[in-house]
Amino acid sequence: MHVLVLLKMVPDVVEDLEIASDRRALDLDSLRMILSEPDDHALEQALLLKERLGAVVTVLALDAPEVDDALFTAAAKGADRVIKIVGMDAGATTRQAARCFSQVIADDTGIVPVDLILTGVQAIDDLDGLVAPLVADALHMPFLGIITGITLDASGTTAHVIKEFPGGVRGEFEIQLPAVLGIQAAERPPRYVPVAKVRAAMKSVAIECAQVPALADGGWPAVNVVEMKHNEPPAHAKMLDGTPDQVSDRVCGILAERAIF
Amino acid sequence: MSTCPVTLEMLPQHPDGREILTCLQCGVCAGTCPYGDVMEYPPRRMIAMMRAGMLEKVFTSDSLLACVACYACMAKCPRGIRLTEILLPLMKEQALTHLPELPRELQRALQNTLRYGNPMGEPSRKRAAWVKTAGVPIRILSEDRKPADTLWFVECYTSYYPRGQDNSRATARIFHRLGIDFAILGNEEKCAGECGRLTWEPGLFETLMDYNMAVFQKYQFNRVVTSCPHAHNAFKNRYPALGFNWGLEHVTPFLARHLDRLEPLLTKKLPYSVTYHDSCCLGRQNEFYEAPRQLLRAIPGMKLVEMVHNRVNAICCGGGGGGMWLDTYFKAKGYERLSERRVKEAAATGADVLAVSCPYEVSRFEDALKVLGLDKRMMVRDVTELLAEAMEE
Repeated sequence: MHVLVLLKMVPDVVEDLEIASDRRALDLDSLRMILSEPDDHALEQALLLKERLGAVVTVLALDAPEVDDALFTAAAKGADRVIKIVGMDAGATTRQAARCFSQVIADDTGIVPVDLILTGVQAIDDLDGLVAPLVADALHMPFLGIITGITLDASGTTAHVIKEFPGGVRGEFEIQLPAVLGIQAAERPPRYVPVAKVRAAMKSVAIECAQVPALADGGWPAVNVVEMKHNEPPAHAKMLDGTPDQVSDRVCGILAERAIF
Repeated sequence: MSTCPVTLEMLPQHPDGREILTCLQCGVCAGTCPYGDVMEYPPRRMIAMMRAGMLEKVFTSDSLLACVACYACMAKCPRGIRLTEILLPLMKEQALTHLPELPRELQRALQNTLRYGNPMGEPSRKRAAWVKTAGVPIRILSEDRKPADTLWFVECYTSYYPRGQDNSRATARIFHRLGIDFAILGNEEKCAGECGRLTWEPGLFETLMDYNMAVFQKYQFNRVVTSCPHAHNAFKNRYPALGFNWGLEHVTPFLARHLDRLEPLLTKKLPYSVTYHDSCCLGRQNEFYEAPRQLLRAIPGMKLVEMVHNRVNAICCGGGGGGMWLDTYFKAKGYERLSERRVKEAAATGADVLAVSCPYEVSRFEDALKVLGLDKRMMVRDVTELLAEAMEE
């Protein structure tokens, strides 16, 4: 059983996001990047399969600031092989990311064959959750998304997966392997790995590099950003000062002025 | 680099380990441990398991989660065994990898501290945002590199937590009135990491220590004064291995040392009855028992009353050793929150104010007072907040 996990870094929204001077992209110099949380769940799900079935786990990530930390952390958690795709321009679109992943998987004979490809069901810069289905399409594999649990049959040719639906409904599906799954949440929260183990991985693990492939059709499909801007904040709440009686009188006055009653 | 003097494997051959093996099994440690009654393996049994070569069972139990690193077992041990400093951190390090699952709150705090330099997960670029509200000028060394006499290491809760910022604003005003030549690191500062070391994570502690030492070495100053007893502990006991050789004081004893110049500034009468909670790090670990009390007695109109458990016998607030991020876990287990146990004792004194010197305690005790419905009877104030209030004209 070989499980491949696709990781990508996304802007860390804990820090303020700044827009670049051309107003068509985020200011990459001021950004901090963090592993996309659903991708972290995909990694955890792969590691659970490794513990249960002895699966070999390979991690493939797009190059980005701080991606090495994410890959060393994945290795410290138990990933067997970590690979970084280098040579791509920063700020890849979802389609570019999917094509890059699928082309590297197809070209790199050390990665295939794979039985399962897991990635986060969506990312904050891919709310449509298109990476996994686009990779599945390019590799001619079946796809299921919003997955929260995976078991395999004894032959290892079919996976039984739990898929979530709105309203608390869950469905169980069978899917032929190899397949691509978009992970909503792993069966348990992503594990904690001690920093000392990550530091040890930095000394003992080599991150392999795969070059961005040349595409047969001569270029990346492009989506042009016209303008990026921060949301206009709505009018702020007005705080009323005074005693409870004064405040309640004023509230009644405002409601009357606006003909709310 | 590793600064831990000994590993668990080599402990039996090390002088510190041989000292632990002299344990009398008297059980004073278990009796004084605030969670000794709920631990499957209280400190005495941990040592017995170590002697029997059965520590694996301790690692996989949740006994070590209940250790709040309060130094009570160490302070009371008739053999002087340094449990909190030596054995417990080494065992917690093992528990980190042996426990089936680390409680989520604690895990998140450790991850946040590594990534953002603070356990709350607040933006590292906003660490010094409170400075704009200080009301007095505060020099940030990255913006003005000239040497300072005192480097004030503000720390996390005093930088981000709104009530902690009250402490920082008060400290800044006092420093300003005293004419202290001080500066801060601003957004360059990260958690000193003491709770990383005592909370399972020596690798996190070493990462933070390497980082902060590199920042310290960029600037010139004579001493470090910190608002956090946990940072004080780290700088005093661990950072010297990396070359930390500056003078070091916690804000409270630092101000007590300047009491002759501070006292004339305390002109406003504060007619409060105050009881003081000894922080574990400042009290039991460093024996700063009198400095905060001297400061409180210097405030006009203030009456100081003592809780039953004070000084070396003080009950921990429950925030050390990772307890700060285990309240939900303790509650789910049905344990009494130590902060609630402490504020019941404080309220029994009849005092109006519970005075503290550790930034963890303001949030812990204010929450406990609210939970117990005592928040109308008693307020929590850092000693610096009371001093600043007494300086108001």
